[in-house]
Amino acid sequence: MLRFILGRMVKIALILLAITILNFCLIHMAPGDPALVMAGEAGDADPKFIEDLRAQFGLDKPFIVQLWTYVSHFATGDLGFSYRQQMPVSELILDRLPATLLLSISAFVISLVLGVVAGVIAAARQGKASDSIISTIALLFYATPLFWMALMAVLLFSVQLGWMPAFGYETAASDFTGLTRILDIAHHLILPAVVLGLFFMATYVRITRASMLEVNRLDFVKTARAKGLKPSVIQRRHVLRNAILPVVTLAGLHAGQLVGGAVLIETVFAWPGIGRLMFEALQSRDYNVLLGVFTVSAALVLMFNLITDFTYRIVDPRIRLK
Amino acid sequence: MTDPIVRIEKLKIALPEGADRPYAVDRCSFDLFPGKILCVVGESGSGKSMSANALMGLLPEGVHVSDGRIRLGERDLVGLTDEEMRDLRGRRVAMIFQEPLSALNPLMRIEDQIAEVFEAHGLLKPAERKKRAVELLTEVGLPDPARAARAYPHQLSGGQRQRVVIAMALALEPEVLVADEPTTALDVTTQAQILELIRTLQVERNMAVMFITHDFGVVAEIADHVTVMQLGKIVEEGPAATVLSNPQHPYTRKLIDAIPKLRAGRAAAPARETLMEVKGVSKTYRSGGGLFRPVREVHAVKDINLTIGRGETIGIVGESGSGKSSFGRCLVRLQDTDQGQILLGDQDITKAQGKELQELRAKVQMIFQDPYSSLNPRIRVGRTIADGPIAHGTPVDQAMAEADALLERVGLPGAGKRYPHEFSGGQRQRIGIARALALKPQVIVADEAVSALDVSIQAQVLELLDELKRELDLSLVFITHDLRVAAQICDRVMVMQKGECVEIGPGSQVFDNPSHPYTRSLIEAIPGKDWDAEAA
Repeated sequence: MLRFILGRMVKIALILLAITILNFCLIHMAPGDPALVMAGEAGDADPKFIEDLRAQFGLDKPFIVQLWTYVSHFATGDLGFSYRQQMPVSELILDRLPATLLLSISAFVISLVLGVVAGVIAAARQGKASDSIISTIALLFYATPLFWMALMAVLLFSVQLGWMPAFGYETAASDFTGLTRILDIAHHLILPAVVLGLFFMATYVRITRASMLEVNRLDFVKTARAKGLKPSVIQRRHVLRNAILPVVTLAGLHAGQLVGGAVLIETVFAWPGIGRLMFEALQSRDYNVLLGVFTVSAALVLMFNLITDFTYRIVDPRIRLK
Repeated sequence: MTDPIVRIEKLKIALPEGADRPYAVDRCSFDLFPGKILCVVGESGSGKSMSANALMGLLPEGVHVSDGRIRLGERDLVGLTDEEMRDLRGRRVAMIFQEPLSALNPLMRIEDQIAEVFEAHGLLKPAERKKRAVELLTEVGLPDPARAARAYPHQLSGGQRQRVVIAMALALEPEVLVADEPTTALDVTTQAQILELIRTLQVERNMAVMFITHDFGVVAEIADHVTVMQLGKIVEEGPAATVLSNPQHPYTRKLIDAIPKLRAGRAAAPARETLMEVKGVSKTYRSGGGLFRPVREVHAVKDINLTIGRGETIGIVGESGSGKSSFGRCLVRLQDTDQGQILLGDQDITKAQGKELQELRAKVQMIFQDPYSSLNPRIRVGRTIADGPIAHGTPVDQAMAEADALLERVGLPGAGKRYPHEFSGGQRQRIGIARALALKPQVIVADEAVSALDVSIQAQVLELLDELKRELDLSLVFITHDLRVAAQICDRVMVMQKGECVEIGPGSQVFDNPSHPYTRSLIEAIPGKDWDAEAA
């Protein structure tokens, strides 16, 4: 097991390095010059001033030197300094990361739990009315554009009914601490997390339903029936445990997209997460922030991949013991 | 005579609308007696498995008992609620299945799966259940039962898994055991051991056994009584010895006649010039091997030497894992070899590249085992057959016309425009043969080409292969686990064990006078060979 983890860690480090270099190259190939944007905002397009800015940020150096500087700093955990926000990039990201993780992990759990439960019910009632109702509802959430669904949810639950706050991470200018603050954040979280979760639920419903039906046909299910086991025990212990394997695969792929997938929702709900940080950085050509966000989300994808592989080894002894 | 424990009276099992016939089982009656084995014999679709499932109350959805009685002691099982039936299953009637590989839940430890039987009926405490599981595994003869109990199914071999399934079935000492083709998927030596085990346990516990099989060899080995079924009806029944030695119904006679006899079917053909020469071929599979993992090696084929004469049929026999299929795949270069040469004329199949390889491929063709998965379901069979010639430059129209002619030759005229799912297993295997012949090969490698077929269909396909072989002067490499089939059609036979050739010679020599102990153990294990000898 230790060997497995070590091997994977080395691979992850190498992949992360490759991704960082690739991103660095891509961004430098893209049109737009941060010095120009900054000079423009300062109201001074004097070539001398622009040259000074370039020299100050090291942008006058050859590309390969810039790359080396970035990568060698990156290796020590330093993601650079934001020209625009006058703050270290890592601080900026760490500031925003918890909000994004909170939102996307909540949405992930909601979609997974609701999806699997609904899928199991649909499979058990195959061909009956409840089966088609579940499939239709799931498809409806999936087919509706995410931002539109978010807006409608705000209209209904915040504006009309007044149950939920319409935007933000917590009540502005409040001095809540401790449990009150946690409850306040949770209250703000419900709407965006549920909307995002319902959107992703459909795939879990479908794959769980199909997988349950497939496992139901396998021989060992008949063996279990021949033992005289109750149908509920058979479904839970024999069918669901086997049917969950493809769901784990899908959930792993999905977990990787969580950080990027929340951008739209973060925008609609003014959620102070990484998605919005990235969007702002893109508009202002804030290279270092952009690169930092890319690197962190790549690292998260790799981490979730590792977690998926672990989960697989736990649920499937065939992989564990090979 | 003792009273029967199970009486099945005029049982009728209705199939859902749109099936090929209204009743899967039509007014069948038979009894199961304590301490006796009843073999129910028939080909696929005869209704033998359906009657077993009815007895277990495990009929598939849409299929139901429409008339008749299934009496277990004093109780009629027809019309019992799910819950009442569940109470009987496992406790009074138990079942073992055909596929030991898929009959166990891959994610649960063996001990937990056995313990479940007690749990289902609310017996024993959890710790006692596991202890009992180990005792049961000891009883069915698993080596190191304590370790097997902690194992997952994939860590056991097919025969071991079947022992586990048997242990599970015996856990609550049922009065009736239903065995649905329990040895069909096993190697011949393993099959002999499992049959022996079932026989012993059944006598010890005075169980009634309903044993379903398609194999009269197995019947000869273990049956007390026989019931022969055809298309849902019982056509013949009686004591095993009578039915086997003096079958009355033409269908029974046909089934028995179709079994290849275990003696060389013909004298070896006179030696002709060598067509193909295999020199020191080896193949090793390597798996695993990552950054920190060692490589695992399996020597699938070890230093095989063989000459194949023009028009000769060579049988390659061995159990699963003996390397016979790997060797066959090397012959047609579906797989690269690590060492050695395979010469066809002066060309080496193992080294050929590009155009030379393409031309060689036309000369050596293959017929595969599974008639269901070896044809592309979305391509019309005519096109499947024509594909090879088209790839080799034959104009499409001509290739399609030749495909039609080939289909006619294998007994399927006008089949070219249809899709694979419209054909039965035997018909698909004929299509497979036509496909292999399309490139006018000199050598055909047939890998278990008839193992998936019913015995009467198997006989027809073997006959067709033999005819075509003579007509086209083909050499045939026939890979099989079934020594009876090999004995019937092969001029020479090569016996493989763990990748090595342990014996090679004319069929008469290998079967009548085997020199290697492994060959002897294979022949010894063939079910019904004594009955065979009497008939001869």
